[in-house]
Amino acid sequence: MKLIVNGEALEARAATLDALLKELDYEGNWLATALNGDVVPAANRAEFRLADGDRIEILSPMQGG
Amino acid sequence: MFDLLGTKLASRLLLGTAQYPSPTILAEAVKASGTSVVTVSLRREMAGGRSGQQFWSLVNSLGVRILPNTAGCHSVKEAVTTAKMAREVFGTSWIKLEVIGNHDTLQPDVFGLVEAARILCEDGFMVFPYTTDDLVVAERLLEAGCKVLMPWCAPIGSALGPFNIMALRSMRGHFPDVPLIVDAGLGRPSHAATVMELGFDAVLLNTAVAKAADPVGMARAFSKAVDAGREAYGSGLLEPRDVAVPSTPTIGRAVFS
Repeated sequence: MKLIVNGEALEARAATLDALLKELDYEGNWLATALNGDVVPAANRAEFRLADGDRIEILSPMQGG
Repeated sequence: MFDLLGTKLASRLLLGTAQYPSPTILAEAVKASGTSVVTVSLRREMAGGRSGQQFWSLVNSLGVRILPNTAGCHSVKEAVTTAKMAREVFGTSWIKLEVIGNHDTLQPDVFGLVEAARILCEDGFMVFPYTTDDLVVAERLLEAGCKVLMPWCAPIGSALGPFNIMALRSMRGHFPDVPLIVDAGLGRPSHAATVMELGFDAVLLNTAVAKAADPVGMARAFSKAVDAGREAYGSGLLEPRDVAVPSTPTIGRAVFS
């Protein structure tokens, strides 16, 4: 299905958010995710099924002021 | 010790972690500043988690408390979502709430700020709002549930220092029991000392240290200025006078003619 991940369009096979992170080779307990503008806690990623056109944000800690 | 909302902090200087020449210099500057709180952010991870991991490891090694921000958010929705994501990653309900209203001045959208603050306070966050020195906005933020206020003293990164002393003084006077932290606009240690002399509880700064020729030395200088300003405030400053007053006693002065 077609997804928008961090602003970039891509084609993915994963059915859930958890599976998508694995498919895209993301790892680490410092990642935060959102699906279509709403937070998805790490514990709930396996339950969140993806649909064509979903927008996913994957964030990590960064320097800030 | 500085009691900030029930948390004992060793320093009244809060330091940002952005724009340092290297991670090593950032770590050394944090140590030299003596700070107990550093601000951090969340950004898109483009390297499978690896770019975030390095900074995550560094921050955890500093041994200080983390204050995540919502920097760059221009809407209530963005700020609230970012705050929730930060709470999960950083394991803290503290959030430096920024809702930016103007690209050029980076001044806060105070209407969106109050709305986002209300949502987050109701959700259990300890909201540190980046705001202006407007008293009415400050009152609205307190009504929304904020327990601390973080007014700018000049635009972010401008290094202009406090240019509306009257407004800052007025804020201190109106909210004697609310922790007030000057956030943004400080350029020199003397700026920090000035706002601390006005009775502000702490300062938060980043660029003035990170972009100094020697960030470690500047971190140390700001630390001393914050301490000096605080001690001066507690010691009772002499008010300016329009006339000269001799400091040496005039009684007993010798007469030679």
